Amino acid sequence: MQKNKILQIAGIVVIVVLAVLISFTPVFKPNELFNKYLPLIKNINLGLDLRGGVHVVIEAKGKDITPEEMKQLRAVIERRVDQFGVSEPLIQQQGSRRLIVELAGIKNPEEAVKNIVKVANLEFKTEDGKTVITGADLKDARETKDPASNQVKVDLTFTPMGARKFAEVTAANVGKTIGIYLDGRLLQNPVVKEAIPSGRAEISGYESLEEAHNIAILLRSGALPVTVGIEEMRTVGPSLGADSLNKSQQAGLMGIIAILIFMLMYYRLPGMVAVFALIIYAIIVTLVFLGLKVTMTLPGIAAFLLSLGMAVDTNIIIFERFKEELRTGKSLRAAIDAGFKRGFTAVFDAQLTTLIAAVVLYFFGTGPVRGFALTLGIGILVGLFTAVTMTRWFLHLMVESGLVKNLKYYGA
Amino acid sequence: MHFIKLRKIWYLISLVIIIPGLISLFTNGLNLGIDFTGGNILEVRFERPVAIEKVRQVMASLGIETSRSIQKSGQEGKKVTYLIRTKALSQEESTRLQKALGKLSQMTVLRNEYVGPIIGRELTRNALLALIGAAILMIIYITIRFEFKQGIAAVIALLHDVLVVTGIFSLFQIEIDSTFIAAILTIVGYSINDTIVIFDRIRENLKVRKKGEELADTINFSLWQTLTRSINTILTIIFVLVALYLLGGSTLRVFVLTLLIGIVCGAYSSICNASPVWFDLKRLEKKEKLV
Repeated sequence: MQKNKILQIAGIVVIVVLAVLISFTPVFKPNELFNKYLPLIKNINLGLDLRGGVHVVIEAKGKDITPEEMKQLRAVIERRVDQFGVSEPLIQQQGSRRLIVELAGIKNPEEAVKNIVKVANLEFKTEDGKTVITGADLKDARETKDPASNQVKVDLTFTPMGARKFAEVTAANVGKTIGIYLDGRLLQNPVVKEAIPSGRAEISGYESLEEAHNIAILLRSGALPVTVGIEEMRTVGPSLGADSLNKSQQAGLMGIIAILIFMLMYYRLPGMVAVFALIIYAIIVTLVFLGLKVTMTLPGIAAFLLSLGMAVDTNIIIFERFKEELRTGKSLRAAIDAGFKRGFTAVFDAQLTTLIAAVVLYFFGTGPVRGFALTLGIGILVGLFTAVTMTRWFLHLMVESGLVKNLKYYGA
Repeated sequence: MHFIKLRKIWYLISLVIIIPGLISLFTNGLNLGIDFTGGNILEVRFERPVAIEKVRQVMASLGIETSRSIQKSGQEGKKVTYLIRTKALSQEESTRLQKALGKLSQMTVLRNEYVGPIIGRELTRNALLALIGAAILMIIYITIRFEFKQGIAAVIALLHDVLVVTGIFSLFQIEIDSTFIAAILTIVGYSINDTIVIFDRIRENLKVRKKGEELADTINFSLWQTLTRSINTILTIIFVLVALYLLGGSTLRVFVLTLLIGIVCGAYSSICNASPVWFDLKRLEKKEKLV
């Protein structure tokens, strides 16, 4: 027996166990500093299908949509989304005229979407129907509640340009009405008592503070530069999301345990080594997901489990080869090397062709299909790496340490 | 058992499975979900039992057609969940429907999906492009690493898998959604994986082939050598899939079922179709040379 090899094995085992604890289990709970980051798996972004939320695809209508218009549209929509106070909203352009908006954990998703795409068009009109001031002249709009009268209103502040216009219009229309229209709907038709040079005005007559709040949002985020339509909208309730997450985690765990038991029973010692390598595989994949900020979705979980299956397959191919080499009478060490060398071409070609499929899927697919392809691709690459480096290294350590010499334990 | 000598039986088994599916594909087509056709899916959970008739009445009173389907998707104690499929609803219609259903009993919206018709068409097109693109790239890769005819044989085996799975989905009219495409591509990935592992063994054995050894025997020998691996790999994948199917919840079920059928089918085609087809392609080549 070689003491330093045994020490190495023990060292690796300790490191991996620690890594598992840090990554997947909340062991450091009492510690405030780490609690924020641990377990690592907690920090993986969950997709809408796993935590509930709304996914909307908004398309700009009209013949020619310039990149500039799309930029403006996105800016306005971003501003509107910000007003809802959703944590980490996702707004992404897809193609030349589409925006994807994803809001997680929102209470009334459909109402929110309605307000996001609403055409807010504010106009001040004189009695003869002439539009004198528009939303573009507006600098800010805030809802307030008068504590004395309990009246809800929206306070308007005009831009310097708008304030000048407003002063002129009010001066010219003393004693007459000026209609305030939102999206063509008359909100209020106040009578001008005197000229207002301050550039401040207010709209009242709302039923609730919430209504005033929504209108204020629309007013201050301005009008959309183009007409838009909703092409796709998927809402997942938080209960279904949590349920899916729970169930797929359970299923994943059961599947993994079944694989581990099979590997141990059928391949004995190399199986144990493979199981160990697979645990490292899971940790590395988790780290890559964190590093690349991959969003985990339901198809993503499936892809992860499938790539795990492929990583297992890599080990199976190599072990089968290793057993064959042992049967030809080679020494353990020679059989490991021959098994890896011969098995590797098969593994390499097989995984690479699958990777090609994943890459194609990533570029052609959208939404969930894309997430699936990305997860699969990462899984394949990491699987290839752990099988040919970790498994091989551990098997060598095992043999060289002299802990287990009986060929029976190697499945021969 | 000699895999190559028995190849006509393998072809026959494949055809027996594929042909009814093909006929069904041409006559019935596929049961396309809203991801492809556009439309609405609303899944709601009522806290107290509500009869399906009540739901239908509510929809009829709002003038929303109910022809597509209203389906009870689950029951847990008194709580019932319904899956309501309709044509594409406007936001107003959708809101009105939810309000009206909420009057039947306390209700939670589990999910509400709207897909416009344009998105659906794009999805179908992109999926076909992805499959064709992947097939071409795989043939190129296999031609570089192996030979062109093996590339063709591998893709024929893939086509077989795709036909079997879509055929079965057409026969049983199981509704397919966008995850079906992901499932098909995974099946393709696994199947090609299996095929390549076998081709790799054949390639290796051909290098050390003794004089006078028949190609059929070399292929058969290689298939037997890789058989344990093929079976063990499929077994491990099936463990995961069965766990997902039983515990994974309703949203994943069709996806997992597709994978289960496809992956078993992919293993079969890799062993019983890819190499035999390649063998036949090789024989044609020899005949040409003789002429």
